[in-house]
Amino acid sequence: MATEYNAFITEETIEGDEDGPLAGTTVAVKDNISTEGIRTTCGSEMLADYVPPYSATVVDRLTDAGATVVGKTNMDEFGMGTTTETSAFGPTRNPADPDRVPGGSSGGSAAAVAAGEADVALGSDTGGSVRCPAAFCGVVGIKPTYGLVSRYGLVAYANSLEQIGPIASTVEEAAEALSVIAGPDPNDGTTRDPTSVDGGGDGDADAGADGGIDYAAAADGDVDGLTVGVPTELFEGADERVVETVEDAIADLEAQGAETTETSLPSVEHAVQAYYVIATSEASSNLARFDGVRYGHRADSDENWNESFAETREAFGSEVKRRILLGTYALSAGYHDEYYAKAQDAREWVRQDFEEAFADVDVIASPTMPVLPFELGESLDDPLRMYLADANTTPANLANLPAISVPAGEADGLPVGLQLVGPKFDEETVIRAASAVEDR
Amino acid sequence: MSTRTASEERAVVIGLEVHVQLETDTKVFCGCSTEPADDEEPNTRTCPTCLGLPGALPVLNEAAVEAAVKIGKALDADIPETTTFHRKNYYYPDLPKNFQLTQYDAPICADGELEVSVDGERRTIGITRAHLEEDPGSIQHAGGSIESATHTLVNYNRAGTPLMEVVTEPDFRSPAETRAFLAKLEEVLEYLGVFDATRDGSLRVDANVSLVDADEVTEDGSVPEAVLADANRAEVKNISSHKGAEKALAYEITRQRNVLRRGREIEQETRHWDEGRGVTVSMRSKEAEKDYRYFREADLPALEVSDWKDRIPIPELPDARRERFRTEYGLDDEAASKLTSTKEVADFFEDVAGEYDPELAATWVADNLLGELNYREMEITDVTDRLDEFTRLVELVDAGELTVKNAEEVVLREMLDEGEDPESVIEREGLGKAESDEVETAVEAAIEENPDAVADYHDGDEGAINFLVGQVMQATGGSADPGQVNGLLRERLDG
Repeated sequence: MATEYNAFITEETIEGDEDGPLAGTTVAVKDNISTEGIRTTCGSEMLADYVPPYSATVVDRLTDAGATVVGKTNMDEFGMGTTTETSAFGPTRNPADPDRVPGGSSGGSAAAVAAGEADVALGSDTGGSVRCPAAFCGVVGIKPTYGLVSRYGLVAYANSLEQIGPIASTVEEAAEALSVIAGPDPNDGTTRDPTSVDGGGDGDADAGADGGIDYAAAADGDVDGLTVGVPTELFEGADERVVETVEDAIADLEAQGAETTETSLPSVEHAVQAYYVIATSEASSNLARFDGVRYGHRADSDENWNESFAETREAFGSEVKRRILLGTYALSAGYHDEYYAKAQDAREWVRQDFEEAFADVDVIASPTMPVLPFELGESLDDPLRMYLADANTTPANLANLPAISVPAGEADGLPVGLQLVGPKFDEETVIRAASAVEDR
Repeated sequence: MSTRTASEERAVVIGLEVHVQLETDTKVFCGCSTEPADDEEPNTRTCPTCLGLPGALPVLNEAAVEAAVKIGKALDADIPETTTFHRKNYYYPDLPKNFQLTQYDAPICADGELEVSVDGERRTIGITRAHLEEDPGSIQHAGGSIESATHTLVNYNRAGTPLMEVVTEPDFRSPAETRAFLAKLEEVLEYLGVFDATRDGSLRVDANVSLVDADEVTEDGSVPEAVLADANRAEVKNISSHKGAEKALAYEITRQRNVLRRGREIEQETRHWDEGRGVTVSMRSKEAEKDYRYFREADLPALEVSDWKDRIPIPELPDARRERFRTEYGLDDEAASKLTSTKEVADFFEDVAGEYDPELAATWVADNLLGELNYREMEITDVTDRLDEFTRLVELVDAGELTVKNAEEVVLREMLDEGEDPESVIEREGLGKAESDEVETAVEAAIEENPDAVADYHDGDEGAINFLVGQVMQATGGSADPGQVNGLLRERLDG
């Protein structure tokens, strides 16, 4: 079954502790999350044989909580893609329709859960890489607040934007996994204790056993009195079938006692551009270390080290090369102010827009993806079209906010995801609203 | 007679970039030790973070920031509200991530100064900035030079050692001033307890050197910025000591003068100081200025340091302490300098001076102890835990129970060589001060047994008295006080 969708790059088991909240749960781990003794390829030829000597904090937390890791999942190379087709290990198929992509970049993780090959999966979300495949495969995916989950051991693509997040069949299961992986880590200086951060925890959920937050307790479907903001900007230009399905789901929330209100996020029209400048800039630096000196692929070169580095880096796929070049350009003297600095300004506007919106609403609802799942091969030659598909997901990364994609229904037999974005460290409200969408 | 015109009079302009390793227990962004183990294997004092393994993250060692704040206070620099880190992107095999974590627009110290004195003239050197960064690993070209090597070995044990880069204003007017500055900087850093000069590679210096028309130097010794911008400069790299700085810069200035004398232009370039050959060699033309694509490091959140300056104390600095030693203990310049050469020496002296006459304490610490330690290549830190033994030795001399000569030449040396306490040495060597009747008996005997010397003395030969003193000293096993013996002899012979 595993080969049917090509969800896994490596199928190997890491046994978890005997008891714990996740005892008996199987977990698939995206292949950019380090696993001691098991190769971690990032979907790239560059790291095809790289075996980390240490495990990511999230992997240790999952196995300590009793979960069993069943394998490393396929992904767009270094997380750079929206379809899982840029993987050096071949594309993953969407279990909802095997002729279509599972979304990306955590396509293998979402497909593994959708196909029942794992109870839970970990993905990483830099600009929508957990939410997009969750939406395309008809499962639930959470992008936590920046700083809620340790990135120690996550091979960086764009480190100011990304978070590791859980993918599962239900909101409750995803929330349960989030409770296990969330919380401060001395190995990641950007992590925060959500219970001590302003706005973190809504106070009415139970504390977890280790003093953390029990996010699963928030999946109670109680949206009575909740204010849902609906931003027109994130519906404009979306596929009509997607818009219709999402609007039906929002209407159902109203029927369950939620109040909906139109809200405006004018800055999000710049989000994709800002995202691609920032993400590629950081990527150009984060991926510089792959030079063949210490680990990974090394070209068989007789030349000096600069030549050897250049030949080694030929092993990157074309999308990775494109993004490294874009990012190098955006950071270069003479262009830095034009691109990188402006993108940072745009990021700040997006953050402010959300902050203003959350003065009036509890969560913001929209389609996760403005499109239905692409057919395999459909978008690979048109990077710009693929980039624009990230329009609704990138704002939450730019603003460091928690977001979830939850199945809203189907259109033409294909899954449609509804995205909910909440205030910083208020994962519970997002989870609560999502559980109501799922219950309808 | 020189035929040079006035416009050929050149003034020297030098600015320094000084890299100093900070003394912390662990590296600046991970928990690995900064202390090389004896005979350690390459790439063993490492972890995922300092090796730059995929997924590893830096976590800031606040002890390095504390050390940097101390330096900022000592240099009278501004310390910002928050401090942040940037990535400096370039490819080099000794750089595990192919970027260096450093500081860019919010350095931990800005706008400081350090006063140096050369040949009695005091100069204040402006410190533009001082920032924290990580040391790269080290590389070794198999086969000697980078050109002839078949391959290069990389060792990341040093990677991640905290470095402070101190950037000065172009305030130096001579190589001697740079040497004095480096010595002073090291002294201050050692007082702060953040630097160990004995560690290999703990000090690395780059120097920017240019020559400007001497007429352009203003009365206060400064050079207008426009003049500096016009002058092509050479950056001299690979200087690793005070002396090396003085030699490298003297060479470079002579080289530039000669180029100008031949009517050619100074090239803007980077040059390498070859310590062995004593020359600077061109490395690369500066025209292809590197673009480091600096940007903020998101993995290291901004650190609030606004109150650190008040929270972190620094000890009294060498200049202030020297001045206080002069006024409080009445020491002369030389003794004050010697006794403040390191914080440990100064502390030791003050402990002794607290109990005895400061003048006596100064003589004993500055002259006797430091001299004997120096002779044995020992440090004051080797004896700081024997302070009480040393004070007892001084006390015995002060009380007249031990002659100065025996204390200096026998007891102190044995204490250092054998690790014995003073009482044991005195006991073993029978050095308790001779009883006065024993001395008198010996004086009588010397006069009786040496009639020729007595006659010579009476004939006005002053040397004869020394012979007689020597006889008495011999008879008493050196325990008599030579001054007292001399007096007794003269009393008898003249009386």
